[in-house]
Amino acid sequence: MPQFTDIQTILPLTVLSAWACVLLLLDVFVIRRKGLTALLAALGLAITLGLTLSQAGRTAYGFNGMVALDGFSVFVNALQVLSGLLGIALAYGYVRRMGLERGEYYSLLLFSVIGMMLMAQSTDLIMVFIALELLSIPLYVLAAFQRTDPRSEEAGLKYFLLGAFSTGFLVYGIALIYGATGSTHLSTVLNVASSGTSNLLLTIGAALALVGFGFKVAAVPFHMWTPDVYQGAPTAVTGFMSSGAKIAGFAALLRVFSTAFPSLAPNLTDVLWALAALTMILGNILAIAQSDIKRMLAYSSVAHTGYILMAFVPYGNPEVAPVSLAAGLIYLAAYTITNFGAWSVVIALEQPDGRGLQIADYDGLFWRKPALALAMTVFLISLIGFPPTIGLVGKFYLFRAAIQGGFVGLAIIGVVTSLISAYYYLRVVVNMFMYEGEPQTSHDSWLDLTWSAMAAATVVFSFFPNWLFVLAGSAMLLR
Amino acid sequence: MIPLNYYVLLSGILFTIGALGVLLRRNPLVMFMSIELMLNSANLAMVAFSSALQQLNGQIFVFFVIAVAAAEVAVGLALIVQIFKTKHTINVDEMSNLRG
Repeated sequence: MPQFTDIQTILPLTVLSAWACVLLLLDVFVIRRKGLTALLAALGLAITLGLTLSQAGRTAYGFNGMVALDGFSVFVNALQVLSGLLGIALAYGYVRRMGLERGEYYSLLLFSVIGMMLMAQSTDLIMVFIALELLSIPLYVLAAFQRTDPRSEEAGLKYFLLGAFSTGFLVYGIALIYGATGSTHLSTVLNVASSGTSNLLLTIGAALALVGFGFKVAAVPFHMWTPDVYQGAPTAVTGFMSSGAKIAGFAALLRVFSTAFPSLAPNLTDVLWALAALTMILGNILAIAQSDIKRMLAYSSVAHTGYILMAFVPYGNPEVAPVSLAAGLIYLAAYTITNFGAWSVVIALEQPDGRGLQIADYDGLFWRKPALALAMTVFLISLIGFPPTIGLVGKFYLFRAAIQGGFVGLAIIGVVTSLISAYYYLRVVVNMFMYEGEPQTSHDSWLDLTWSAMAAATVVFSFFPNWLFVLAGSAMLLR
Repeated sequence: MIPLNYYVLLSGILFTIGALGVLLRRNPLVMFMSIELMLNSANLAMVAFSSALQQLNGQIFVFFVIAVAAAEVAVGLALIVQIFKTKHTINVDEMSNLRG
């Protein structure tokens, strides 16, 4: 029987699950104004955020070690609930404008957030698998939410097929890990893995699991779904997915590999190095050729996966691992804030007939909507990593962690690719300020609040980097 | 008693057939069947390991995989039906609205 202490370790999750189920039922009675469903969903997430923050500082295992509560899970969960809230803020006016206002949108979003939260807390490979599916399946539906629009359906099908394909790799990897160690529990896997001699079955299992996670976080060469899905999915979904799914994927990657496979580090470090370098280089280079803002941001999201992977390369080195973990978390937080801001500006310019998504549609935005154009400039500068933005803070800690871990070459690739990225990000800025055009924008108060708050956060947090570093530094993994 | 190696080898072969099927076939239904083959090859390996280790963990995991696969089928088939309604074809080579 589960004890109350077990429930306590996943209390925010439990409450949110119940809330999402009730919301699905309540939505039947909300006939006209689906905005009410959105507000109820946001209320549920706000309660969850409160419960998550109240867990700060506590560490515990629950359900016979299937889930863990620690600083890491609190930090990541708070970030995920926040991205859920921002996802609702983006969707609130957007779904009405695009004519896809249906109540199940918000329930699906909540279910996806539940999966993401479980992902950060799982300490057993079975739980990792269930969390991954709970996060993915609602996202497949959300990507195809604009049904009868062939582009959205195509995005949904592509995401579904490649997501399920990657799940196959993960499950087979878990099966081999289980066969090699006799357990799916991360700390037992660690004990067996570090005691024995090098085990081929375990290494193959870990590599297959890495492929599975690589698909989820969109690392090159497993990124090919990203541009199509990000472009075809409704923009509000893309904004949510690009932050939420990435945070969750990295949370699971960090926990599984740091907890269970430090002994495999000698075998995996070179692979991770190559993955990170390839992802940074290809993501940034492919982004240059894009004329569609959604595709450009999709490739930029791939490139940022590469930067975060950089924090993950020295995971087997016990001296550097805590610093690089904190650097990865800071970068995830910085990326979430900036990314939501950028997508909210994209939503503000998107028209119901599908216009407003080319980079050329941003011509002259500054002369029409100066505040919106300035906010977009802040986000793009933050994505490059120039001061005075949070993106610079994130990149600084990442490069420092990489250099401390002895991966100077990787840090150099990171700096060079950041400079390359300046070309395509600044091109949008040039379009907004230097060219003439008649950009169409739309308004709703939640969207305006989102981009202005994110722009303020992007700049303000960059002046208090230490505070963020202390916060992320306390986010330790329970071992 | 069949040795454990045979099971693992068979599951490896099935997994490879499934992965190649996803990469080579162009009908989403067949691709989806191939994905199921990948999941079931993992199930086979799990059950084999579980019985060799005299544990139940692996078999419990298989139940979870089966349940999740069923949920995936529900979403996947719904997507395919919806696409057939709009496009009157489900060949993935025809899905080329998104490129650049």
